[in-house]
Amino acid sequence: MSLVLLAAFAAPATASAQEKVGIVRPDNEGALSDSELGRQLYAGNCSSCHGSNGEGVVGEPAEGAGDIQALGPPLRGAGEGTVDFYLRTGYMPLPDPTQVPHRTRVLFNEREIRALVAYVGSFGSGLPIPEPQPGNGRVSEGLRLFTEHCAGCHQVVAAGGYVTDVRVPPLSQATARQIAQAVRIGPYVMPRFSDKAISDEELDSIVAYVQAAQHPHDEGGWGIGHIGPVPEGMVAWLLGGSLLVLLCAVIGKRIKQ
Amino acid sequence: MSRLRDWLVSAAVLLAGRGRAHRRREPERIVAPTEPRPRSELAVVFLLLLSAAFAAGVPIIYALDPPRFTQVLGASLGLSLAFLSAALIVAGSRLIPDEQLEEDYPEESSREQAAVAEIVEESSSGFTRKKLLGSVAALTGGALGVAFLTPAVSLGPVFNTRQLYDTPWRRGRRLVDENGKPIAAGDVETKGFYTAYPEGADREELGSPLVVVRLDPRELALPAGREDWAPEGILAFSKICTHAGCAISLYRVPTFEPVQPEPALVCPCHYSTFDPATGGSVLFGPAGRPLPQLPLLVDESGDLRAAGNFDQPIGPSWWGVRLREPT
Amino acid sequence: MIRKAVRVVDQRTGTAPFLRKALRYVFPDHWSFLLGEVALYSFIVLVATGIYLTFFFDPSTERVVYHGPYEPLQGVEMSRAYQSVVQLSLQVKAGLLIRQMHHWAANVFVVAIVLHLLRIFFTGAFRKPRELTYYIGLTMLALSLLEGYLGYSLADDLLSGMGLAIGYAVALSIPFVGGNLALLIWDGEFPGSQDFWPRMYATHVLFLPVAIGVLIGLHLFLVASRHHTQFQGPRKTQRKVIGTPTVPGQAPRSLGLMAGVASLLFLLGGLVQINPVWLWGPYETGLSTNGAQPDWYLGWLIGGLRLMPPWEPHAWGYTFVPNPFWGGVTFPLVVFGTLFAWPTIERRLTGDRGFHNILDRPRDAPHRTAFGLAFVSWVVLVFFFGSADRVTVFFGLSYVNQLYAYWVVVWVLPVLVYAVTLRVCRGVQRKELVDAEQERAEAEARAATAPEI
Repeated sequence: MSLVLLAAFAAPATASAQEKVGIVRPDNEGALSDSELGRQLYAGNCSSCHGSNGEGVVGEPAEGAGDIQALGPPLRGAGEGTVDFYLRTGYMPLPDPTQVPHRTRVLFNEREIRALVAYVGSFGSGLPIPEPQPGNGRVSEGLRLFTEHCAGCHQVVAAGGYVTDVRVPPLSQATARQIAQAVRIGPYVMPRFSDKAISDEELDSIVAYVQAAQHPHDEGGWGIGHIGPVPEGMVAWLLGGSLLVLLCAVIGKRIKQ
Repeated sequence: MSRLRDWLVSAAVLLAGRGRAHRRREPERIVAPTEPRPRSELAVVFLLLLSAAFAAGVPIIYALDPPRFTQVLGASLGLSLAFLSAALIVAGSRLIPDEQLEEDYPEESSREQAAVAEIVEESSSGFTRKKLLGSVAALTGGALGVAFLTPAVSLGPVFNTRQLYDTPWRRGRRLVDENGKPIAAGDVETKGFYTAYPEGADREELGSPLVVVRLDPRELALPAGREDWAPEGILAFSKICTHAGCAISLYRVPTFEPVQPEPALVCPCHYSTFDPATGGSVLFGPAGRPLPQLPLLVDESGDLRAAGNFDQPIGPSWWGVRLREPT
Repeated sequence: MIRKAVRVVDQRTGTAPFLRKALRYVFPDHWSFLLGEVALYSFIVLVATGIYLTFFFDPSTERVVYHGPYEPLQGVEMSRAYQSVVQLSLQVKAGLLIRQMHHWAANVFVVAIVLHLLRIFFTGAFRKPRELTYYIGLTMLALSLLEGYLGYSLADDLLSGMGLAIGYAVALSIPFVGGNLALLIWDGEFPGSQDFWPRMYATHVLFLPVAIGVLIGLHLFLVASRHHTQFQGPRKTQRKVIGTPTVPGQAPRSLGLMAGVASLLFLLGGLVQINPVWLWGPYETGLSTNGAQPDWYLGWLIGGLRLMPPWEPHAWGYTFVPNPFWGGVTFPLVVFGTLFAWPTIERRLTGDRGFHNILDRPRDAPHRTAFGLAFVSWVVLVFFFGSADRVTVFFGLSYVNQLYAYWVVVWVLPVLVYAVTLRVCRGVQRKELVDAEQERAEAEARAATAPEI
């Protein structure tokens, strides 16, 4: 019965963990200019959901590959910073618009990413690629800001978490630039923090903190996940409890006949 | 002749008696004997020495202050005690006599029960009004109990539940951010998530922290009477969850509405989920009350101020939470 | 020399007769009888390490600014209480080891009590004349849960602060008197006055340890007075107990167990990090973090709080049952109430009012075992739901779907467990009877065919 239940739960999980169908690249990449490469990559990988000119597909879904109903937000005014983020994290391309974007293997190479960023960035000015300076920030200021603005979803040492209906990613692999980009973009269902809400100096501190949190100060030994009592309880039962029962069994014995 | 017989009898008695006396001269042991096991003894010695070695390492570790100090110290003491434990277990199973003793369980009922009851009964033989005295004694005991407990009332403002309705928000009170800077309406952007506090008030008070978000005014469906509570679509709610008092520090807001969940304020403790567009109604989770909304106005400088108090008392529910307006 | 020492002591204390009995008190040999001792030794470690901690911890909510070596807290405002814990952890040699030992010991203490309780329940050791011992044990369990909660809340870190807010909400949720009670305990609205922290501290450091210590003494006295129970076996009867005497047999075993428990706690305390409060940061009412959980032994309560539908019956302005009351008060009352009432329930249902010094094997009391396992599965399911969001994070299973599934499973599974356990017990009993019959028949056959020698 528990297997049936597990399968019922696993179904939505596997649906959202669909394999990437791969990307479409032009055959003669080497011969193309950067702007032409960007145009062709966009046409082959993005336009079905985001529209041929970045106007988006809202309302009537277009027919995408397979049975996928293609839908996507407009990219006008997204800016190079936004495109750079979504591509370098592997959030995009998203095979199915109802799928939750998550960090995946990046299939585009460096030149392709730059080309796409430049091309989509030309749809209208938006967020530039940020250049955070975590060295200028203070980790203690970052802890305060991160706790205030981010820990509710991402957990106080950025171990990831849950918001109703949405898994929130841990930030263990985020680069300084990606952290700054995510803060300014508010990707997927994350809120967006403009420089009026979090100044560039404050952002430097947040980046410095997240980078520090990627290697937490484990003075006490094995960090067991840095999320507190759940793994601690597991250790108490599975390690402590079983070792103690074993010890009792070794010491005690049944009465000999 | 009788003398010889006496001698013979004496000798026989002596001889027979000597054997018995021999056995009788050996003291009766309380604890059963056990065979010595020199090899096990050596094992115990070895284990004890290991334990001593690790224990002796502790002052050295303290002096040397190596990196990973906590781990090294814990391992050293842990291992020392582990070897001590092993030594004791080996001694207990190999060197100690293995005795299986019998013992009687105690009597189910002691013969003294009757005597105890009798002592109590006979002591009260001088009383003629047992019931009356008993009731009055109980009354006195009860009164004394209440008397002794009464000072406990000083532990807190136990009768002043009115303060549970208090918040620091009043009409005209300005919203400030965590740095004390006033929040301008123009700085509140859609898809942003802001925390605000009342200017000049104690931040730690449950009624102080707010969450502020901006929605497209066309998306709003506020309850009757709150039509002007959200100027330009800017909404303010108490940050304290109405379920169990945690701070609502999660805001889920879609980038692309057709395929992403609607905006929601969520509490990380038990995932009570509130809809800002409908004035804080509960979408999911165990909260029994919607999230209290604070009416806002934009002043001449463009800053956000409270236009009044919340629509209902803030914080977790209690007996009287629906009885009065917040004060 | 030993004789002289004994004489000197006995002349001045009169303890020789008592010692004569105590040294040869008979302990049953089964390993499961040692679980209670594990709890006792954990408690001793708790008291010893706790005393050390009191020399460093400052139960003050005075605001201070951190200026220690840990960079992420540099210049951060916090309570003196939190600062003293961070200082102890990161600047006092062996401070972190003792603190982590203390916390691990608390977790292991309750693990041991629960295992011990399970052994007591499933072998029927709570029956006459040991009901009082059982009630005392349950009381100690309840007090230990509160003691642990207060202990980790004293640090005033982000996680435990959230937990205190929830405790406040649970107190508030008590019908009619909840508001008054919460204001009494906290000396005002949450987060409370400056008297609240010393109050928590005194309770954690003095009142509850003394209460638990006294109860332990009573518990052990009663165990010895009525004597340990024993499993069935040759020569073991209602009237006679067979086992190993305290001295010399049991003593090295118990001492070895004590050293072993202490060893495990030292190893855990030094090698596995627990409650790294410097990572969480200080608590403020307006702050919270994802993934906050209580310590494991209160996980059943967060499960109850999360599992409840949003029922909050109210009328005429009066809120009869604020929602946290169901998961935070009703649920633990039902669980502890059932445990306390069980000896009476069993006595009524079976009509058995006799003394029981011989333990049941679980299979020999099919209904008790079935009910016990069903009851445990009920509590454990609620407990597991308490961390369902972690399951979502790690395995991708939808939290909302888990909630709906648990709403059904939490009632259906215990019923199934009851039915299945009953069948299994009866099946094993039947098999034993059949095997015994077979052995008897074979023995007869052998006797009949054995030739006259």
